[in-house]
Amino acid sequence: MKSIVLIKQIPDTGEMSMDPQSKWLVREDVNKIINPFDTYALEEGIRLKEQHGGEVVALSMGPEHSKEALKEAIAMGVDASILISGDVFRGADAQATAYVLAKGIAKISEYDLIIGGIYTSDGATGQVGPAVAEHLGIPHITGVRKIREISETRIEVERLTDGGVEVVEAELPALITVVKEINEPRLTSLKGIMKAKKAEIPIWGMDDIEATEGRVGETGSKAKVIDTWIPQRSKDVEMLEGSAQEIGKAIVDKLKTAKII
Amino acid sequence: MNFELTEEQRMIQKTVREFAQEVIAPGAERRDETTEFPEDIVKDLGEMGILGLPFPEEYGGVGADTVSFALAVEEIAKVDASLALTVSAHISLGCAPLYYLGSEEQKKRYLTPALQGEYLAAFGLTEPNAGSDAGGTETTAILEGDHWRLNGTKMFITNPTYAGYVVATARTAKEGISSFIVPKDTPGYSIGQKYEKLGMRSSDTRELIFSDARIPKENLLGTEGEGFKGFLKVLDGGRIGIAALSLGLAEASLEAALKYAKQRVQFGQPISKFQAIQFKLADLATQIEMARMGLYRAAWLKDNHQKYTKEAAMAKLFASELAVRAANEAIQIHGGYGYMKEYHVERFLRDAKLLEIGEGTSEVQRIVIARSIGC
Repeated sequence: MKSIVLIKQIPDTGEMSMDPQSKWLVREDVNKIINPFDTYALEEGIRLKEQHGGEVVALSMGPEHSKEALKEAIAMGVDASILISGDVFRGADAQATAYVLAKGIAKISEYDLIIGGIYTSDGATGQVGPAVAEHLGIPHITGVRKIREISETRIEVERLTDGGVEVVEAELPALITVVKEINEPRLTSLKGIMKAKKAEIPIWGMDDIEATEGRVGETGSKAKVIDTWIPQRSKDVEMLEGSAQEIGKAIVDKLKTAKII
Repeated sequence: MNFELTEEQRMIQKTVREFAQEVIAPGAERRDETTEFPEDIVKDLGEMGILGLPFPEEYGGVGADTVSFALAVEEIAKVDASLALTVSAHISLGCAPLYYLGSEEQKKRYLTPALQGEYLAAFGLTEPNAGSDAGGTETTAILEGDHWRLNGTKMFITNPTYAGYVVATARTAKEGISSFIVPKDTPGYSIGQKYEKLGMRSSDTRELIFSDARIPKENLLGTEGEGFKGFLKVLDGGRIGIAALSLGLAEASLEAALKYAKQRVQFGQPISKFQAIQFKLADLATQIEMARMGLYRAAWLKDNHQKYTKEAAMAKLFASELAVRAANEAIQIHGGYGYMKEYHVERFLRDAKLLEIGEGTSEVQRIVIARSIGC
């Protein structure tokens, strides 16, 4: 069983800010983390390896400091990590990102399962996983909350939907995206960190993945971000005084006036 | 000169910080109240490798350096000084003597399980009549055939309930002090009641009683009569642990005080806008930075196999006195709220006081420093 886990390093969600010019998220000088859903993907990949043997590889596209996230993946227990990086890849939308990741996976060539988080907490499109599968011409299942069975040729999973749970099967190789119900990511072991310290993380560029110019980065992106902003939080507080009944009535009145109820 | 942490030091710091914030912090206040020892969390720390952090992999450790050890203790101390004390005492007092002085066989048998988190380790030096003056040790060890027979009492020992062994000092027929590995199940070795303490309330501190405790002859640690030299080395390392603990606690005090000062409005503005408060906060921030430099440098000297006795004593002295000052100022900035348990800073003060006493009082640190500058 060889799995490839797609991960992304994102700014810590508590500290996000935008560059007012480019409308891109500021990714420098902020605390960076592995996209939370991707940690479940990593855990699932590592568990599959522990149960069925084989190998698990983490793959990411991003700035060079994404190496830290990939090293963390090694510390968690993946066998190897690969980064696709370079200025040319900057500003990619979901489609351009998926194209690049698919090219990277094609270079790795042998795999049974690709695992990703259901979406990233920064972009939140949820498209990259399915689009990677389309590029590779393999089936994909999104929102997986449990792998029921997996053999060399087939996977059967439970998929979380709005209304309930679907049981879906697919032939391997396939791509799945996972939700947080699937597992409890392990604590990073400090021994793992020492192992990660020694690990070399190859950086692949355009030539390595044989990508076509014009299909990557901002130029390869069909979706253009016109505007983004972080909602201003109002700190207006009004303290109501009186008995519990009076305050209760005042709250109801105010909610009615504001047309909330 | 390089002031940056290495990549793995940063990763260890981040991992421990996240664990501390998410898992350790939530119950710290309750444990201070109940004095309950967090066995589950200690088990997690063992699984993560923190209990074997600065020791080589061949003995079951992680193979990280002393700087990483200091970073880990600092992060834990920011949220729970009692637990930081448990970890620091385990590593630098319980495990270090085995690592420095133990035979290969002793290391494999006793040290490896400790580093892998199967049990904690403890160190027994202090006695009713022997504290700073270890020369006053009254515990005796008499060789009888293939066994040592130990008699005496040890005071204020950290971790014994959960320790697989304790390294205890005793007098033998030979002049000087010797060290012994006393396994937990040794007949004649018993552990007393948990002390009621001012602070560090959820760490395990007890009396040890040796009453004709019989241990195998091969449990002598290092050379007979030369235990004094051995534990001086152990205490140097322990001071780095206490300095790290102090730094973490001081940082927690500053963070709490700063947060409160920015929220608390009096006379129409947050009190952080008043110079009286600003100066306190600025002083603390400055002293914390200085304490950090001193601590990391002492740890770095140890990692680079240079002399660090003086620097470790300075780091411990400065950081522990700062921890008390910082907690005291944090309470002052909080005003009446600071005196209440809910705001944590009163716990910081109670916890901090131990740091000026344990592993050598501030007065002993000054003696060590004075000697090392030629007095």
